Amino acid sequence: MDFNDSPEEIAYRETARAWLVEAAAAHRAEHGEPKPTTPEHMAAGKAWQARKAAAGYACITWPAGVGGGGGTPIQSVIFGQEEAKAGVAYGYFTIGLGMCVPTVMAFANDETKQRFVSPAVKGEEIWCQLFSEPAGGSDVAALRTRAVQDGPDPDGDWVINGQKVWTTGAHYCDYGIVLVRTDPDVPKHKGLTMFWIDMRDAAVACRPIHQMSGGREFNEVYFTDLRVKDSQRLGAVGDGWKVALVTLMNERLAVGGSSGPDYRQVMELARGLSGPSGPALKDNAFREKLADWYVNSQGLKYTRFRTMTALSRGQTPGPESSIGKIIAANQMQEMANTAVEAQGEYGILTDPSLAPMEAAFQASLMWAPGLRIAGGTDEILKNIIAERVLGLPGDVRVDKDVAFKDMPTGR
Amino acid sequence: MDFDYSDDQKFLKDEARKFLAARCAPSVVRGVLDDPAKSYDAGLWTAVAEQGWLGAAIPEDYNGLGLGRVELCAIAEELGRAVAPIPFASTVYVLAEAVMAYGTAAQKAAILPRIAVGELIGCLAVSEGPGAVTPSSLSAKVEGGKLSGVKIPVTDGDAADIAIVLAAESGRPGLFLVDLRAGGVKVETLESLDPTRGVARLTFDGATADRLEESGRGFELLQAILDRAAVLLAFEQLGGADRCLEMAREYALGRYAFGRVIAGYQAMKHKMADMYVKNEVARSNAYYGAWALDVDAPELPTAAAAARIAASDAFWFASKESVQVHGGMGFTWDVDCHLYYRRSRQLALVAGSPKLWKERLVSELEKKNAA
Ligand SMILES: Cc1cc2nc3c(=O)[nH]c(=O)nc-3n(C[C@H](O)[C@H](O)[C@H](O)COP(=O)(O)OP(=O)(O)OC[C@H]3O[C@@H](n4cnc5c(N)ncnc54)[C@H](O)[C@@H]3O)c2cc1C
Ligand SMILES: Cc1cc2nc3c(=O)[nH]c(=O)nc-3n(C[C@H](O)[C@H](O)[C@H](O)COP(=O)(O)OP(=O)(O)OC[C@H]3O[C@@H](n4cnc5c(N)ncnc54)[C@H](O)[C@@H]3O)c2cc1C
Repeated sequence: MDFNDSPEEIAYRETARAWLVEAAAAHRAEHGEPKPTTPEHMAAGKAWQARKAAAGYACITWPAGVGGGGGTPIQSVIFGQEEAKAGVAYGYFTIGLGMCVPTVMAFANDETKQRFVSPAVKGEEIWCQLFSEPAGGSDVAALRTRAVQDGPDPDGDWVINGQKVWTTGAHYCDYGIVLVRTDPDVPKHKGLTMFWIDMRDAAVACRPIHQMSGGREFNEVYFTDLRVKDSQRLGAVGDGWKVALVTLMNERLAVGGSSGPDYRQVMELARGLSGPSGPALKDNAFREKLADWYVNSQGLKYTRFRTMTALSRGQTPGPESSIGKIIAANQMQEMANTAVEAQGEYGILTDPSLAPMEAAFQASLMWAPGLRIAGGTDEILKNIIAERVLGLPGDVRVDKDVAFKDMPTGR
Repeated sequence: MDFDYSDDQKFLKDEARKFLAARCAPSVVRGVLDDPAKSYDAGLWTAVAEQGWLGAAIPEDYNGLGLGRVELCAIAEELGRAVAPIPFASTVYVLAEAVMAYGTAAQKAAILPRIAVGELIGCLAVSEGPGAVTPSSLSAKVEGGKLSGVKIPVTDGDAADIAIVLAAESGRPGLFLVDLRAGGVKVETLESLDPTRGVARLTFDGATADRLEESGRGFELLQAILDRAAVLLAFEQLGGADRCLEMAREYALGRYAFGRVIAGYQAMKHKMADMYVKNEVARSNAYYGAWALDVDAPELPTAAAAARIAASDAFWFASKESVQVHGGMGFTWDVDCHLYYRRSRQLALVAGSPKLWKERLVSELEKKNAA
């Protein structure tokens, strides 16, 4: 039982680290540290991705032939650790390279793969995931966006009409994968089909959604007679659900880590604050919470190490990583709230020049609710653990053998 | 990265599970539960000694197997799973570990070989009443090598041959080895929440006391011993918690209510998912503790505290919710849920309550962050 890299892993880590030090310095010299959500920030993100791709550090586990690194899962994890330490990170590519492009690689024809995979790896084109709809996010198979083939030709174009929602990055993305209904007369999971689409098409309209956190990172996306070629289909007609499961399987690997302050920062804050009976850090109730957060954070850290161990031994990781987002999202919310409450009346302030740690706790408080929903809600994740890990039966389903068009719906 | 049991350790663990399935069935545990005169199962104790487990981490020079601490953790996990009714923790995690770490050559030679062959049972005598003992409240005293005072409760005190006793000598707290068979000791068995483990009151009146270590920093020494024990106890707790989840799952998959198995109701599913999450957090923290114990890392105090806090929480949650999943059956004497519910309390309290460990953890973090 140890944390040591194998000799090959040490060598890989050292090479990666050396590369990162130089590359990050060169990158900063060229791009500075632009503010998030600005065009300069996006340009810097794309440049960093291109730099990684040129050195074989983008999509490390993908074959070199498509622009990847031709490496192993453990190398990918090691590089990720070192990249985080180097302090250069851009979130623009996570969904595209983590979920969408793998789906394209699994289901598209060779021509499509040749055209799209390598530019995505290099950060030249960004992809989004168009699954959720007003009619369903957890129950995404209840979606209503329709695709109808134009004419009787089995290779004919498809025409898409409908609406997606919560699409992260749709406003800056170049392409997307979209799950649509092609047959409303069969039960809901059976009538779906997946396509890739051009987000710049005039028939696609994006409207950013103003989030409770104040930002506008996700969107409503409307399709009005969007024409797509049959060659843009990913998987067979009616097989969309199977294809979506491949995307979502990758999601669990892509989502998971959380940003924002951790127990160390809460501790630092409490050291400097006074409570009703002395420094907040000396308050017993606070100390007990701090201990619990530490234990959970370490629990997640060492759970990742267990996953790495399996990869390092060339085995398939166990299901233990499924606990990650449930703990991280809830703990983020609890820690942020405790930190804000500890500031007393002052905690209400969100001005970064006034609030401790540039208002990181207030920001975290307002972002955490989204994290508990995005990529599978707490409740859905518990169902997944119960059903897939513990082997317990599925919930009672009233929509299984009902044609989609006859399904009960609400608002 | 090699942060898991090795293949050899997994093999050892599998063998331990098979052995305990054969030799420590619930009927064996109940034999101790239902018989007030029994404080442990002597047959199981002998069998465990024959397996070499008592000396698993004791060097070969002292008749032990000379394996590492991770192997001992693997055994502990299986003992916890089987709610084994034997004084293993007191003897192995406390007495043997303490003597190996702090004993003189003479103490090691006198004690370790006899532990390894199952001739010697140990116990730790610290508590003197409700709440934690502090340097100012400590009343047991050693004068001229003779111990006087009352220790209550002492886990396995009624079965033990040797006690490690916390007492003050000339105002300096220290740990002392006391031969409980040598006179000057009164042993009274007490009733407890977990009758599958023995508990006693030890009254010392001029018992011969042999210092375990000379420094006079008794409380620090005690804490160091508890740090080591905490990691091993965490593995017992983890084994128990995992078994509770399995029992709940098995029962829920077979029990019908409202026309389907209760395992299909989301309230039950989410409860069991919550157990799983806590058990995995506990497992990851326990592994880190095992590493720190095995290599005697400077991180041991924080690692031990985290392992103990996570495992205490997981076992408590799993044991109480397993009763709940079993419905009225779970509340009966005949169903095994209460064996785990009881053991979860015994294990959480025996080496300092989770509250104390949380305080210890945060003070360690404060030291680390200040440095
Ligand atoms: C920040 C953020 C980014 C996102 N990015 C994307 C994106 O890029 N692409 C995309 O397609 N989607 C995206 N989403 C959408 C996300 O996947 C959905 O919001 C999520 O799956 C929940 O769906 P919903 O919002 O329709 O809520 P609903 O499914 O309506 O859920 C409402 C409540 O009901 C509960 N619930 C639903 N079903 C069950 C059940 N069977 N049992 C128990 N409880 C249940 C849920 O847990 C929840 O608490 C994003 C969401 C957020 C918050
Ligand atoms: C101390 C005590 C005294 C009692 N006294 C009496 C008495 O005097 N007279 C009498 O008639 N009975 C009595 N009972 C029985 C008591 O009413 C039942 O034990 C109780 O209703 C639960 O039923 P069960 O034991 O069959 O458990 P089950 O119904 O099998 O429940 C097992 C588990 O499944 C859960 N569960 C069951 N259905 C669902 C569902 N639809 N959704 C979610 N979860 C579900 C339960 O919450 C429970 O956690 C007593 C029980 C106890 C413990």
